[in-house]
Amino acid sequence: MRVRSFLFALLVAVGVTSCSDEAPTTNPYHGVYMLIDTSGTYTKELKKAQQIINVALSKLYPGDSFAVARIDTGSFSEKDIVAKVTFDDRPSMANHQKRLFKEQVDKFVKHVVPAKYTDITGGLLQAIEFLNEKNTRKKTILIFSDMKEDLERGYVRNDIKFDLKNFDVIALNVTKLNSDNIDPKEYMSRLDNWKFRVESGGGNWRVSNDMDQLEKVFME
Amino acid sequence: MSTDIFMITPNPIVSGVIWFMVFAVFLYMARDSAHKAIRSFSRVLNNGLRLSSRALEPLEKRLALRNREVLLAAGRSEKERKIEREFERVTSSVSKELADTPSLYRKISEELTKLEEDYKESVEVPPSPPGWVNAVEAVAKIPSKGDPVVVDILEDIHESLVKAHNATTEEYRNTRKERHQLLKDMMPAWRRVLKTMENADKNVTSLLERAKVIDRYMDEYEDILNGTDRAVRMLSSSSFVQFFISSFVLIFAFGVAMVNFHLIARPMAEMVGGNTFIGVHKVSDISALFILLLEITMGLFLMESLRVTSLFPIIGSMKDSMRIKMMWGTFALLLSLASIEAGLAYMRDLLMQDDLATSALLRDGSIVAGSTDFTWITTVTQMGMGFILPFALVLVAIPLESFVHSLRTVLGVAGIVAIRSVAFLLRLIGHGFHYLGSTMIHAYDLVIFAPLWIEQAIRNRSSGPKEVLAGDRRKVDPPELVKEAS
Repeated sequence: MRVRSFLFALLVAVGVTSCSDEAPTTNPYHGVYMLIDTSGTYTKELKKAQQIINVALSKLYPGDSFAVARIDTGSFSEKDIVAKVTFDDRPSMANHQKRLFKEQVDKFVKHVVPAKYTDITGGLLQAIEFLNEKNTRKKTILIFSDMKEDLERGYVRNDIKFDLKNFDVIALNVTKLNSDNIDPKEYMSRLDNWKFRVESGGGNWRVSNDMDQLEKVFME
Repeated sequence: MSTDIFMITPNPIVSGVIWFMVFAVFLYMARDSAHKAIRSFSRVLNNGLRLSSRALEPLEKRLALRNREVLLAAGRSEKERKIEREFERVTSSVSKELADTPSLYRKISEELTKLEEDYKESVEVPPSPPGWVNAVEAVAKIPSKGDPVVVDILEDIHESLVKAHNATTEEYRNTRKERHQLLKDMMPAWRRVLKTMENADKNVTSLLERAKVIDRYMDEYEDILNGTDRAVRMLSSSSFVQFFISSFVLIFAFGVAMVNFHLIARPMAEMVGGNTFIGVHKVSDISALFILLLEITMGLFLMESLRVTSLFPIIGSMKDSMRIKMMWGTFALLLSLASIEAGLAYMRDLLMQDDLATSALLRDGSIVAGSTDFTWITTVTQMGMGFILPFALVLVAIPLESFVHSLRTVLGVAGIVAIRSVAFLLRLIGHGFHYLGSTMIHAYDLVIFAPLWIEQAIRNRSSGPKEVLAGDRRKVDPPELVKEAS
């Protein structure tokens, strides 16, 4: 009788286990990759980028991953990653990592050298690669740029399609250029072009020029 | 298109009237059968529902009986426990305070003997007159006739007598003083005797009071054994009061548990990880909850082994030595858990400060001071709460036991009320169907009012003269004829 009861309990346990969801292939955390445009005059906006990074740091939790990379002439490179971290499971260690991360970013902003060209596509590809490696459930790419791509001769980026399924791509602080002021259609067509590229890759595209809205992005 | 087939005439109203008349005629023809069908249908439903309602009565009675039995059993058990406790108290009182009664009596007896002896010694003994007084008296009667020798003798005798008197008086005073001293020495002994007697009186009075309490409990116990309605009413009322009070206290205890939980949930994240989940719940939260539940369980076992509660009969029926071991074991575990909680509370405070410092650094780059002059108060308070709350939760066992015991009665009564309500509802619906049947019959007749009116008219016409005749006869004929006519 006891053996039968034990077997019944075992069967129930096996049943419950088998009824549960499949073993998750992604971890339940949030991965954030932030691209910072360091080309030309946009470097003046880096103070804002620092603020955004601080907000991101304060809204990320143990287990989440965060990386900050610069956009320069050729951005499809690990060398452009300024700082990256996967927060420790222990909250106190995560706090310590956040402080170190902030220090690294501060040092970068202090000594940044403006880039001649702007390879946003390369940076985006690098971000996709990084976040896919981290395999997080939620993937967010923040692009702190005016979204004006300016490639050096010889760099091929035109025919590249992005695989952005389950990605949120948010363009931040998209400033208007002088040419945009003359012809606003240029600004709009630029953003529309990026929107098309992101959404055709399966990603969600958003533009957020209001820094106050940024917290909401992380709260979501 | 589909309604065209009903158009007998081009005028829809005329067509409608014709159809209504045809319909009414059909209904009139089927009137008796339709009435029977409606009546039987409503009767079937009414009877069915009434039967269902009646079927619930035995269930209600069984439940009431079961409730009564449960209530009486619980009351009997409680009274037995109370009586047992009272007897234990009496036994303890008798063994502790009245066990030394023989020595008490011996002590009193000794004191009394001593008092008696002292008293005897203090009795006043009149000084015995010297033996030679009579001789002196005889000599004093000798006529002196101026004989100087005799005068000298008499004077000598007088002096001797005065001396003897003085010596006797002195001796008498000394003995009297001794007696007074003896009487004075008797006072503490009297006081001791009085105090001892008062103690004995107090013990006896206490025993008499306990005896009265036991008598009262015994009366109630007899009532319960006899299963009187009075006893059931009292127990039921007591159960409801217990249920509400214990629920109230348990809600408070839940609040205490929540505070305790929040105190340890945050630092638990440092040990088991802050972002690991089981389902939708954090592992750290689940761990904190388990620690809390473990503390409550230890508290229950502690109360059981102290015999304050009796939720687990197996613990109550253990050997005393085993039970005491268990008590110390659970207490040690509880103390360890309380100490761990105090440590976690301290850690929580440190982590909170760390969080504040980090968020301040990220917000505006400022560095928050690690501690202020009064930060230690918060730290100590948190640690104190972490240590005390587990012990406070131990007391949850008492209201929990009351809640569990009273819940049986309350659920039983609620079950009876539910069954009665269902039975009443079934009866009500049954009556509803009964009257619905009558209403449907009347409604049926209302639809076919025209054929019925015609029928009535024809019937009146054909039976009119007879009625008149009968009426005439009724006026003139004796009752037998009326009966015959009817």
